[in-house]
Amino acid sequence: MSVDFEMKFLQNFLDALQGHLSLTLASVAIGIIVSIPSGVLAHQFPRAKQPLMVIINIIQTIPGLAILALVVTFLGGRIGFLPAFIALTLYSMLPIVRNTITGLEAVPWDVSEAAKGIGMSRSQRLILVELPLAKPVIIAGLRTAIVWTVGMATLATLVGAPSFGNYIFTGLQTRNLESVLLGSVASAALALVLDAAIGLYQKRSIERTRGVVGKRSFFLLFYQFFVVMVLVLAIATIFWPAKQVDVVVGAKGYTEQHVLAGLLSAELNRAGFKTEQKIGLGSQVIFEALRGNSIDVYFEYSGTVWAGHMSHEDNPGPEVIREAVERYVESQGVYFVGFGGFENRYALAMRRDRAEALGVTSITDLAGIGESMKAGGDLEFFGRLEWIRTNQIYGVDFDEKLIFDSSMMYGAVASGEVDVISAYTTDGRIAAYDLLILDDPNNAMLSYDAMLLSSDRITKRPGVMRVLARLANRLTDANMREANRMVDVDGLPVSTAVAFLQNTVNFDYKSD
Amino acid sequence: MIEFNSVSKSYDGGVSFAVKNFVLRVNRGEVLALVGESGCGKTTTLKMVNRLVSPCSGFVSIAGKSVLDICVQDLRRNIGYVFQGVGLFPHYSVRENVSAVPSLLGWSPEAVEERCSELLALVGLPLASFGNRMPMELSGGQAQRVGVARALAAKPEILLMDEPFGALDPINRAELQGEFVRIQKSLKLTVVMVTHDVTEAMLVADRIAIMKQGRILQCDTAAGLLSSPTDDYVTKLMKTPLTRALEVSKLVSAAQTTDYFR
Repeated sequence: MSVDFEMKFLQNFLDALQGHLSLTLASVAIGIIVSIPSGVLAHQFPRAKQPLMVIINIIQTIPGLAILALVVTFLGGRIGFLPAFIALTLYSMLPIVRNTITGLEAVPWDVSEAAKGIGMSRSQRLILVELPLAKPVIIAGLRTAIVWTVGMATLATLVGAPSFGNYIFTGLQTRNLESVLLGSVASAALALVLDAAIGLYQKRSIERTRGVVGKRSFFLLFYQFFVVMVLVLAIATIFWPAKQVDVVVGAKGYTEQHVLAGLLSAELNRAGFKTEQKIGLGSQVIFEALRGNSIDVYFEYSGTVWAGHMSHEDNPGPEVIREAVERYVESQGVYFVGFGGFENRYALAMRRDRAEALGVTSITDLAGIGESMKAGGDLEFFGRLEWIRTNQIYGVDFDEKLIFDSSMMYGAVASGEVDVISAYTTDGRIAAYDLLILDDPNNAMLSYDAMLLSSDRITKRPGVMRVLARLANRLTDANMREANRMVDVDGLPVSTAVAFLQNTVNFDYKSD
Repeated sequence: MIEFNSVSKSYDGGVSFAVKNFVLRVNRGEVLALVGESGCGKTTTLKMVNRLVSPCSGFVSIAGKSVLDICVQDLRRNIGYVFQGVGLFPHYSVRENVSAVPSLLGWSPEAVEERCSELLALVGLPLASFGNRMPMELSGGQAQRVGVARALAAKPEILLMDEPFGALDPINRAELQGEFVRIQKSLKLTVVMVTHDVTEAMLVADRIAIMKQGRILQCDTAAGLLSSPTDDYVTKLMKTPLTRALEVSKLVSAAQTTDYFR
């Protein structure tokens, strides 16, 4: 029996909308509260202007994803609303600060002179004259900030804050174009609506300055009331208590992880525990999140911990790595539940017909002919130990090394765009596209035994731990490959793949 | 009323002086014009009265009290200030511009409204038809009238004017000068006015201080400067209005004989 863990479509959409909107508005609201005074200070004290602009410009040049990861690390692995909110607030500052300074600098000299000459104090000049005159320019900056922030809020999904990015990233991973389109269009529409709302306000306030609309314009009063209410609600969201859940299930951003998170949730729900999923977390972020008790359970891979977290550059073989990694994660304050029973390692894969034509069966055969081939790797492969070792041990190199999102990589090799890819051994697309996994006789690739890790916090819930313990060592390479194939190739929902695993494996569930 | 006590101002730390050892007394109810070329220090002198510029040495006093001992905002609110740029607040209506200073001084709304109406009538722009206009909807002459009304709003005894009519066309300029004299007499204002136009100074001011390179060359009535100049520059400067008037007169006569004006 499958558990229907996927909520209704509308509920999902409203959750994403609420997450996206509150994240954007709260960030921009705080951005305004920080940025306008900063701009004013920079204008009043010209010596502060240069350093301030340098700092804000530097923040702006850091890619959105990197700043999110940095904030998560800085907060000690905390994921969810807070890090996304901080990163977005930092990002929203540049246009507002810049336009505040520009707007204040553009106040005509004779007006400032008159304000001084009739005896206005510095703060009166600022509040009564300079800021009102700079307002149109500041609002233009605010509009830019809103549009940027709505766009960047889609990335918040990657640190576990719900947004329309959920549709985009899940869609990219599960090759569901409608989902990607829905997320993108919804996000763009939100940007347009918020921009238009400010534009309307701006237009009305200009008309008011020109005396076109009566001073106590009803519309303006209502509008201001509305805007204040929305901002208050958005800020209040920050302090709203989190949903009452027993276990937070984490997952990285690809199909297998989505399926595993679905399985964990389904089994926990079956035992009566409420769960929440944080899907699409980055490799570094997710382990930190577990250590910080922001998530409670997820499947990790031994090779990732060995090379990524323990920074080893050798490959002593699966057994040694398994033991070392188990000791390591426990030393980091997380609980090692057990191995998953399957392995998802990197492997070089080619189209079977192409490999046969060239007489290639092993990585060894690529030495010498690789230089005339194109290779495709996922975002990290060519920077990883596996590639460095492949290159050293087998003396293999390629003419071109192209980087793909993993969801695009298989299509690229199937269409002949590239000759070789860095495949994942449990990926359902290997069979679907009839790819050949090349032998690795000299162990260039690390082993990636799946391992179930849980937070220290959740070990105090014996009921949860019993469910988790039953999930250890039950899955196989074949099961996982089939589950992945259902989603990646057949385009079936994750819930169907989870149901398949539950039916096939029978995680026997008797009280003990 | 206003005294300049050996006032000096340097903008470059004492290398050169915009105003040097300036001594002058402006009497109550008098219009004093500061006349001189651009850069002779006349605007600097004017701005030291309401502390838009601070002197390096010496001090300015009003009714025997150094302006440095008066709170700068109070000082400025009680001295009207009109200048060439006008500087009306573009986001305020005419009414709000004129009301700015009385409101800052905490007058009651009724008192502010009454003063506003009084002043706009004084400068020939009735509140009923002009009160709600925005500065961008006014002509140059109208804007300058509003500027004068704003400067007079808080019933100051002293008015500082920096090239107040400089940006106006000749007809508006002559008209506004005439009205200014009328207003000044009726309100018994003490006025310090900066201009580079000797004719304007002669027509409007009771006394004229001729300035050159930060110093006063001579200060006297127009008649006194004409009859007993103490400096060649003063002689030359004071002669220009008359010389030009004669030239214009000749042109007019010639034009009349050739029927241009028939």
